[in-house]
Amino acid sequence: MKVSEIVEELNLEVYSGQNGLNRGVHGGYSSDLLSDVMGHAEFGDIWTTLQTHKNVIAIASLKELAAVILVKGYKPEADTIKQSNEEGIPILGTSKETFEINGLLYNLLKK
Amino acid sequence: MRSFSTDLHIHTVLSPCGDLSMSPSNIVERAAAIGLELIAITDHNSTLHGPTVRKIAEEKGIMVLYGAEVTTKEDVHCLCLFENEKQRILIQNFLDENRPEIKNNPDLFGHQVLVDEQEEIIEEVEPLLISGINASIDEIEKIVHQIGGLFIPAHIDRPKYSIMSQLGFIPKDLKYDALEISKNTSMDTIFKNYSYIKNARFIKSSDAHTLNQIGTSKMFLRMNNLSWNEFKMAILGIEGREIILS
Repeated sequence: MKVSEIVEELNLEVYSGQNGLNRGVHGGYSSDLLSDVMGHAEFGDIWTTLQTHKNVIAIASLKELAAVILVKGYKPEADTIKQSNEEGIPILGTSKETFEINGLLYNLLKK
Repeated sequence: MRSFSTDLHIHTVLSPCGDLSMSPSNIVERAAAIGLELIAITDHNSTLHGPTVRKIAEEKGIMVLYGAEVTTKEDVHCLCLFENEKQRILIQNFLDENRPEIKNNPDLFGHQVLVDEQEEIIEEVEPLLISGINASIDEIEKIVHQIGGLFIPAHIDRPKYSIMSQLGFIPKDLKYDALEISKNTSMDTIFKNYSYIKNARFIKSSDAHTLNQIGTSKMFLRMNNLSWNEFKMAILGIEGREIILS
């Protein structure tokens, strides 16, 4: 499934990194500890977090993640948006909390 | 120049996790007994006990820096150190304005009290002091430097509440003055795990929550005299002033 399809299905906001919307999503990972994501997320994962710091994109890029979803209406910081555009890794947003959006994502990716 | 025995990370009874014996007078007495000459009072998200400690410490010739261990929005603990009352009030106002409204539960976290020189309780502080301030690490770094203070991410090697645990690595444009390592680690381990920060300056302090922890992590600052200016030069490694870890 592509990032753009997930955006459509779950009605997500696209904050930045539009040129990465064609990336393929292979799974998901959820954590707010960036060192944990660095250690355990896998290539092609879509990542849900409430962290908005620019290190989010550096780690997403290092692990070749498909996209980042910010939960609970959190918005990316200006330099996070800039990095997201440069790396072509979309930052998406939802007003839902982690538990809820993860449930929806899980069902969608399981199909 | 000579080496001054220094501990830049000491909590008082105001920190919810601080031992009840950590009154300003007890801290000064302990610091004097073990020969500390420069200390910083760094309660969680509060500077309110600094002035009392400084007042008591003056007689003993111990220099006291005003500080706080600030919890950023990302849950990263950072030491923020200042020289004078004007700076202390500026950062205190910032902390008060950006603190989330959560009331402390003393049964869970411990009491947050301010005491005077005679160890009488003056005030019980209501808002929970250990929760994250509503400002990012970058914003807090900027404000600390605008006010004229020093900014030092705390215990970077710890698996909780450290820049490494919360942000994965140190953002390369973060303007820190030094990095604190905890007493559980060595410089060898730090360099092995994080080779990219080998050019940083490091401090080691006790993070004391009880009296017998004060000064347990030995650090000396080599400088001309006890003054803010010399302190800053030592932390920044300017003109022969330096940090000596042991």
